[in-house]
Amino acid sequence: MLNKISTYLYLRPKLVLWLTLGPPLTYMIIVYLGSLFNLLINSFYYLEQFTGLIVREFTLGTYARTFEPANLEIFTRTTLMAIAVTVMDAIIAFPLAYYIARFTPPKLKTWLIIAVTLPLWSSYLVRVYAWKLILAKEGILSWFINLLGLQGALDWLLGIPAIGGSSLALSPLGMFIVFAYIWLPYMIIPIQTALERVPHSLVEASSDLGAKPLQTFRTVILPLAFPGVVAGSIFTFSLTLGDFIIPLSLGNSKFFIGQAVYSYQGTAGDIPLAAAMTMGPVVIMIIYLLIARKMGAFDAL
Amino acid sequence: MAQQTPPAIKFDKVSRHFGDVKAVDEADLEIRDGEFFSMLGPSGSGKTTCLRMIAGFDRPTAGQIFLYGQDVSNLPPYDRDVNTVFQDYALFPHMSVSENIAYGLMVKKVARPERMKKVDEMLELVQLSGFGGRKPSQLSGGQRQRVALARALINHPKVLLLDEPLGALDLKLRQQMQVELKAIQKRVGITFIFVTHDQEEALTMSDRIALFNQGKIEQIGTPAEIYEHPKSAFVAGFVGTSNLVRGEVARRITGMDVTFSIRPEKIHLGNIKEKAPTDSYSSDGTIRDVVYLGLYTRYHVELDGGGDLVVVEQNLKSTSMDVLKNKGQRTRLHWNKEHISKMGA
Repeated sequence: MLNKISTYLYLRPKLVLWLTLGPPLTYMIIVYLGSLFNLLINSFYYLEQFTGLIVREFTLGTYARTFEPANLEIFTRTTLMAIAVTVMDAIIAFPLAYYIARFTPPKLKTWLIIAVTLPLWSSYLVRVYAWKLILAKEGILSWFINLLGLQGALDWLLGIPAIGGSSLALSPLGMFIVFAYIWLPYMIIPIQTALERVPHSLVEASSDLGAKPLQTFRTVILPLAFPGVVAGSIFTFSLTLGDFIIPLSLGNSKFFIGQAVYSYQGTAGDIPLAAAMTMGPVVIMIIYLLIARKMGAFDAL
Repeated sequence: MAQQTPPAIKFDKVSRHFGDVKAVDEADLEIRDGEFFSMLGPSGSGKTTCLRMIAGFDRPTAGQIFLYGQDVSNLPPYDRDVNTVFQDYALFPHMSVSENIAYGLMVKKVARPERMKKVDEMLELVQLSGFGGRKPSQLSGGQRQRVALARALINHPKVLLLDEPLGALDLKLRQQMQVELKAIQKRVGITFIFVTHDQEEALTMSDRIALFNQGKIEQIGTPAEIYEHPKSAFVAGFVGTSNLVRGEVARRITGMDVTFSIRPEKIHLGNIKEKAPTDSYSSDGTIRDVVYLGLYTRYHVELDGGGDLVVVEQNLKSTSMDVLKNKGQRTRLHWNKEHISKMGA
């Protein structure tokens, strides 16, 4: 019986393809794309200001509201934060990934990769609140900075209007630190994978042809690992764009996109505006990917 | 007498140990200026490690390596006037063919116009003019091989190292590249050091061959010397096929206490009724197996009183029908005394 089924399936590769691909594809189309589509539809409705009811009529008015100065400011602020976090993560991740990919024996490599991904095993909320405590005015970081006698420098930093606040735990600077920490594994792993795939003979060939180590890094290793950096940056960038927990727990009154969406659909009950705001990150991501492609990030894929 | 040019490469008791493994063990070697020199041996014999030490990818644990008289044992690869053609070619996938070839000049900050001029020259040398704009992934194996060669030659190194560069090519292309490589070497006049495990390739191309076995050099000599006068059983067995005769059988044939090797093509399948010529060794036996191989036929002969020998004969006049009839026949094998190579143990 089992044998017959095997033979039957073996002779019909297309059927096997549909059987294996069907369920996930259905899921993707209905649950994933469907909800996105639903979101899109909702963004073309609008909220009647006086009654507080959603009017299911086509309008671009809701989108027009996303271009109000307050909302534009939210987009700009979030995008800048996402860029800063991405750049910071790339800078921290590259040396780590390079070390893991190039200089560690296989056994140690496994342990290091576990160590990198270990934070992902614990709840994201727990980690955010842990950081809140670390960054708090009476927290360990303040204590340590005080110990080093750098209290003045910290106060000066927190005094800068765009990034400062009453304490690290309630400032864009603190958010930046937590964002960079939270998304770091998503940057390390793709870069490490990309570096792992650069054949060692290319590095040898480069130095054989007279390139000093720094030249080899710039002309061979970095360009070949760049798709990994882009892959990682897609994670860090998009995750920062959409996050609302970190701004909520560490931010001040200045909103980020996720936070705005959260409050529009929650307290304000303005689902259409929330949906339209959500389209913001989608558009920003598309622009980001186009720029990445233009820079040749996908050439080596 | 005029001062001699120092050897291109000199190994002075060079060893490379990896833990307990002696990849190369006290190797002494001199490679002459302008020579096509092959390092031949089975995998794991230490030939590639030697090449990597010359290139600078690996450093000897003991001993010294000289490049035209200069001790380079501890110089990094980028400070050695030596270039390598890698086994997997190691072309940079994100650069065009021209950029690959120009790489050596680029890192040395040679001006662009001169770089392009040299690249064109190299493309012509390896017969790839017009391919400069392509990516390595758009080339065939043979073409990639040529790009790797051009890239290594553009710096005009003192010594060019080739690490089994023909290994990935099919037979026809390999034979064609052998001839071409040799021609290019003549034209550029650079010392070539060629690593291979293919004895035929080594015999075809080399001025001299070093035969490696288990981290040691068994014999260095011209192809003819190595083939005709193998110094050890290993050499006799690795280069071409050879009959190794030892002990009782050897004593019965030669009347001496020796071990010797004799090439299968040097043995004549004589008529059992005819006397073997003088100044030759002979032995009677029975043909146990006949293998027809087109160009030649291989016979496995069991000797009377123990031992067996492999004999090959060219099929100059005989057909497969003729030779296959010989199975089971009695024969008197004989060969010229000069054709044996006596060896130690």
